Amino acid sequence: MAIADSQATVLRASGAVARRQAVSRAAGWVLLAASLIGVAILIFLAYDTVREGASRLSWRFVTNYPSRFADQAGLRSSILGSAWVMGLTVVVAFPVAIGTAIWIEEFAPKNALLTVIKLNLANLAGVPSIIYGILGLAIFARYFGLGPSIMTGALTLSLMIIPMTVIAAEEAIRQVPQSIRDGSLALGASHWQTVRHHVLPAALPGIMTGVILAVARAAGETAALIMVGAFTFIAFDNTSPFEDFTTVPVQIYNWTIRPQADFRHNAAAAIIVLMVAVLSLNLLAAVIRERFRRD
Amino acid sequence: MAELDTSILRPPTMERPDVRDAGAALAPSREPAVDAILRPSEPALFSLTDLSFWYGHKQVLANISMSFPMNKVTALIGPSGCGKSTLLRCLNRMNDLIRGVRVAGRVEYRGQDIYARDIDPVEVRRRIGMVFQKPNPFPKSIYENAAFGARVNGYRGNMDELVERSLRQAALWDEVKDDLKQIGLALSGGQQQRLCIARALAVQPDVILMDEPCSALDPIATLKIEDLIRELVNEFTIIIVTHNMQQAARVSDYTAFVLADEAGAGHLIEYGTTHDLFTTPKDRRTEEYITGRFG
Amino acid sequence: MTRTAFEQQLVEIQEEMLLLGTMVDSAIERSITALKERDVDLARHVIADDARVNRKRYEIEERCLELIARQQPLAGDLRAIVSVLYIIVDLERMADHAEGIAKIAVMLADEPPLKPYIDIPRMAEVARHMLTSSLEAFKDRDPARARAVCNLDDEVDALYDQVYRELLTYMVNDPKTIERATHLTWVAHNLERIADRVTNVCERVVYLVEGKISELNVSTY
Repeated sequence: MAIADSQATVLRASGAVARRQAVSRAAGWVLLAASLIGVAILIFLAYDTVREGASRLSWRFVTNYPSRFADQAGLRSSILGSAWVMGLTVVVAFPVAIGTAIWIEEFAPKNALLTVIKLNLANLAGVPSIIYGILGLAIFARYFGLGPSIMTGALTLSLMIIPMTVIAAEEAIRQVPQSIRDGSLALGASHWQTVRHHVLPAALPGIMTGVILAVARAAGETAALIMVGAFTFIAFDNTSPFEDFTTVPVQIYNWTIRPQADFRHNAAAAIIVLMVAVLSLNLLAAVIRERFRRD
Repeated sequence: MAELDTSILRPPTMERPDVRDAGAALAPSREPAVDAILRPSEPALFSLTDLSFWYGHKQVLANISMSFPMNKVTALIGPSGCGKSTLLRCLNRMNDLIRGVRVAGRVEYRGQDIYARDIDPVEVRRRIGMVFQKPNPFPKSIYENAAFGARVNGYRGNMDELVERSLRQAALWDEVKDDLKQIGLALSGGQQQRLCIARALAVQPDVILMDEPCSALDPIATLKIEDLIRELVNEFTIIIVTHNMQQAARVSDYTAFVLADEAGAGHLIEYGTTHDLFTTPKDRRTEEYITGRFG
Repeated sequence: MTRTAFEQQLVEIQEEMLLLGTMVDSAIERSITALKERDVDLARHVIADDARVNRKRYEIEERCLELIARQQPLAGDLRAIVSVLYIIVDLERMADHAEGIAKIAVMLADEPPLKPYIDIPRMAEVARHMLTSSLEAFKDRDPARARAVCNLDDEVDALYDQVYRELLTYMVNDPKTIERATHLTWVAHNLERIADRVTNVCERVVYLVEGKISELNVSTY
């Protein structure tokens, strides 16, 4: 038999409890508003861009070379240039960054030198990209004589994204529970065997996410590549990494600073293309993260 | 509430300090009446001589001398923080993985000091397996879990056979034989722990160290593992750390009681056959711990 | 201190056992008194009270069982419970012997006394002293005292021998005394058995303290 109080137990919120609950609900709304501000701005920008550039979007736009005439100018060479540079950057940066992260987290003796190295990496991740551009120009373009080539661009971008990739990979490796390592070592596996068969596979989703995000960052990089010499008129398809090049963001910059108003449409259309690419990469990273989190 | 008259339990003539003070002063007030260091007359696989251990400046184990007889189950009991897990991890050099630890004394396995300069910890861990407190199967299939240890140690024989044999020895085969490809983590807690035992067995060690193997399991799973231990001891030597007195009493042939002094260093207080230790302990502190009169 | 409830139960069980001991002591005392004074009523009370002794013994046994099942006593606690379980068996048997004496007291009440009772009461006195001392040795956890009590069994045995020979002489000289003499022999026998049972209790006391059970005072008779 259920017990009922002769004086009814008050379970509906009242007094202090009601006040606290009201504050909690209000906080929820405030935070929602804050989030919506960011979303609203993004939506506004997207709308504005699409309005400007939608008319220019067409297959011709993507397959035409740049030109003096706005309605004939296209993204062909810059898309190819971007693809080349991104591809090469990944090939160079990925092994270096992952290797560094593995060394730092698994093999390096935990001493003062390691702290210095980690501190430096953190600092480098925050260095403005134009500095990397200057560095690339001086070392790769001039000293190594590679000139304003795809190789120079790739090497420069690699330098730029390695620190942030190392940090993301380090974090992913750190997330692997010590119990997995203990289990492997207790079976008589060597340290490298443990890293290779257990730590790396477990950290891979996190590492991939980091790599993809770094690539997305590099895809939108403009200043560094301008320093290195990508601000140029390319009307041919790149077939070698030692050729001159340009990339989509640089092309956008190029069109934006033209006096003719027409080129603004091109710029907007190119922005749409670039944003679609970057958003896809970010989405891919999120999907990978979620898929492996569920396991 | 009236003061409990326990005079019936404590004769005025016997020299036994009031147990109410026991929690405060654990320093040995006098030498134990009987030599607490018992070397069983049976052939011993492990022999510790004056083993001491430090985490940085903090001493965790002090002059532990004892031997572990072959093909027997030896239990290490004691209150939390007394150092029994540390002692266990000294036996397969898993403590090497922690920074800033120092070991003194000899740990002799089959007559060789495993901490000698020329001894490789990987070789040690091949022969001395370990099962951890929280089941930690690899995020791989059951088959891969069982096969991993053997693979990295260069096993060239029939892997299917080895996996089946190990799973049978761990009393898990019948439950998983229909789907060895399922992920180890999909099993229940008790099954996961048996999988961890199976993968340790697959390496064909001499000794299995178990660090509170049942503390994360339900009572039925616990009893299954205890049965398993009694079966395995015919082929292996087992050393088990447990905080469950009844488990130690049920499962072990020999029991060692470890207690930390005021400085936090663990000492071996008493060591004998399980029968003797649980019916007629020689040291007052052992009696108090076993009967639950403190911590 | 941890396990206060457990401690309390352990203490209570042992106190109940001591209480059982006093009940047994009272039964012996009253049965001998009934014999000496040919008090049939008193004897009948002793016989009736034996049921109470049995009941108490089983009560204590139940409590011990519950403590073992629920508290898993170990080491000294385990030996204490085990000792209680054994001792109450001996105590209950002692009460049975006292009941036997009381029954004989009823049978002899109508007969003229064979001889003044001297040795038999003396035996009873020693036996009762042994019983009380052994239970005190248990309470004080005093093995030395337990051993000393055991040695008194020799005195009881000697007295029994004496009583037996004396009664035998009566029987040989005058066949009409055989029935009474036999009954009295049986009384002495009961007392001798009581003393023997007390030595068992003493062995348990030593076991409780020292952890090993061994025979004390192997009888020379």
